[in-house]
Amino acid sequence: MEGSRRNFLKLAGLSVLGLGAAPALTSASKAAAQTFDANPQALTGTHWAMVVDVSKCQDDCQDCINACHQGHNVPALPPDKQKNEIKWIWHEEFENAFPEKPIGYLPEKFHHKPFEVLCNHCDSPPCVRVCPTKATFKRKSDGIVLMDFHRCIGCRFCMAACPYGSRSFNWFEPRLYLDKTNPTYPTRTKGVVEKCNFCAEQLAVGNLPLCVRACKQGALVFGDLDDPNSDVRKILNEKSAIRRKAELGTGPNIFYVI
Amino acid sequence: MKLYDKEKIGAGLLIFLVIFTLPFWYNMGRASTPPNPVLPTDQKTCVETTDYMKTSHMMLLNTWRTEVVRYGPRYYTNTLGKRYKMSLTDTCLDCHPKKAEFCDQCHNYASVSPYCWDCHLTEKGAQ
Repeated sequence: MEGSRRNFLKLAGLSVLGLGAAPALTSASKAAAQTFDANPQALTGTHWAMVVDVSKCQDDCQDCINACHQGHNVPALPPDKQKNEIKWIWHEEFENAFPEKPIGYLPEKFHHKPFEVLCNHCDSPPCVRVCPTKATFKRKSDGIVLMDFHRCIGCRFCMAACPYGSRSFNWFEPRLYLDKTNPTYPTRTKGVVEKCNFCAEQLAVGNLPLCVRACKQGALVFGDLDDPNSDVRKILNEKSAIRRKAELGTGPNIFYVI
Repeated sequence: MKLYDKEKIGAGLLIFLVIFTLPFWYNMGRASTPPNPVLPTDQKTCVETTDYMKTSHMMLLNTWRTEVVRYGPRYYTNTLGKRYKMSLTDTCLDCHPKKAEFCDQCHNYASVSPYCWDCHLTEKGAQ
């Protein structure tokens, strides 16, 4: 029986190690079996952008705005609360959309023309830089600047940082001002910031953004800037386009053909 | 040893004991109703095993949320190889259409109030 005590201790030590490692190993093998994947129909790009052909845009048309706001459950606040309105895509006159006046002597027909403005999904977005909780982030795969509403603490740093006014804060419970809701998309809650998401949820099922699909004039074109054959690159190859406040260095990805 | 003011101390102790144990007396004989979530009849298993869902559904939903919101994939394949759309309104509500009869049962019992439905809608979507 020489050495049996030593052997017993060795065996006991190994057993304890085995018992300790077993749950880790089984959970690891379990985790490996779960996978996440995208819809095969999803639109994939690496640098999404939009071209707005202002000359095609009709002055009194609200189709894109309505489609976006209905599709994303964006509340329409009553007139007395307009200073706190929620907007994802909206109309702005030239001198407000382009305060640096990149075009001198703009043709008169454009002076009071509504320009479609939305989040520019910047290449280096200032809103992402200031967000203390990383609630807003630039998606690595396709460059869309997105919001994780779950993480937003409502500090509104992003609203101060965004030079385009593309972000709105929910001062009121949005469901109070929604006549009907689109059940496929969540609403927001009081106390979070929201903005255009370039229809990430539509791209994920293979659809173009709601505003692009809603525009009967074809004034809005969506595509991948990294793809030389994309619709946006074709337009930008033929016509020169301006961007909002490009001199700030944010690298806006909404192009305006005038 | 002589204990002064025996009556007063005794009465004080008694009052203290009564007040201290009041919650027990108050709730005696009134067993709170255990949660009774209504389970779907046409499905036998959830996204994962029942035991896993009972203990870890919040972790699963958290993972789904992170994947969908931050990275983009919309589908989840479980340990048995079955594929699900990662959606609270579209997938979970498919089998558990009434929040009050399912989620609220245990959440109210355990006194937890997750804020899922502050934003997510309880009516099922068309897609």
